[in-house]
Amino acid sequence: MNSDKQSPRREQPEWVEGTELPTQTYTLTRADLVAYAGASGDHNPIHWSDRVATAVGLPGVVAHGMITMALGARALAAWAGDPARVTDYGVRFTRPVVVPDDDTGVAVEVRGTVGTVDDGVAAVRLSVTCGEQSVLGQAKASVLLGPVPVAPVLAADDRVDG
Amino acid sequence: MALDPALAGRTFPETAAHDVSRHEVARFAAALGETDPIYHDVGAAQLAGHRDVPGPPTFPIVIAFEAMTALMTDPGVGIELRNVVHAAQRFVASRPVYAGDVLAATLTVESVRQAAGTDLIATRSDVATLSGEHVCRAYATLAHRVPGGDGS
Repeated sequence: MNSDKQSPRREQPEWVEGTELPTQTYTLTRADLVAYAGASGDHNPIHWSDRVATAVGLPGVVAHGMITMALGARALAAWAGDPARVTDYGVRFTRPVVVPDDDTGVAVEVRGTVGTVDDGVAAVRLSVTCGEQSVLGQAKASVLLGPVPVAPVLAADDRVDG
Repeated sequence: MALDPALAGRTFPETAAHDVSRHEVARFAAALGETDPIYHDVGAAQLAGHRDVPGPPTFPIVIAFEAMTALMTDPGVGIELRNVVHAAQRFVASRPVYAGDVLAATLTVESVRQAAGTDLIATRSDVATLSGEHVCRAYATLAHRVPGGDGS
């Protein structure tokens, strides 16, 4: 990766159908959940209180689904070189990520494969796993391969449920 | 209490104006472990072609969540917050959120259907500037366990 290049724009991804994107591994700890609660405004206690989490039938404190989704977006932005290239991103939350009260936390792995490339837009399918188990379903994104747009791009065409 | 059958198709009032600050963008990015200077340093953002620091791709949830909270806590709707699980989420961006934006979200309930003792509430929240520039459409599907449902 060549991120220090003196270019007014970041490098554009050179992807073709079937490109396997390098696996990204991120760690989540209780401290991350607390930081995310503060930054996002989602203060649901199942994301910080074992007492409340177990009372509603969870095995323990679980990560916000939106953190797991955001780690997928972090991988997409890293692969694409610029977050503005990620114009459409959707997931289903299929399995909670349990985060223990220790200093190690849990590892979340994000894998991506480029599907069709059409008119400068790549369809990327993501696999997001924790301990070998998939935690997001139908995770997919549209990534612009050309220059980062400075004007508004296309409007929404369809919906999350497909 | 069953959900109001007239909920589908209902549009809720626009949320209060939300001033997006550089500090807020950096804090959101840092909570995700993001060290890319594009989120933390306006000079780096501008070098990459942006007018200010952009929010990460899921940042619009901060604005959309305000609209979702208004839906979930509306006493007329009949949702019990502790029974709600986030089932699906999608963002379709017209452009990134930038520090300096003043944004509001308008939520519409697209559909409500029941399956296995659960209400599935499909929503869309349009996030736009106060001058009407569209920024992002955030779709959220909320699963609401029906109290006294089949217990699944």
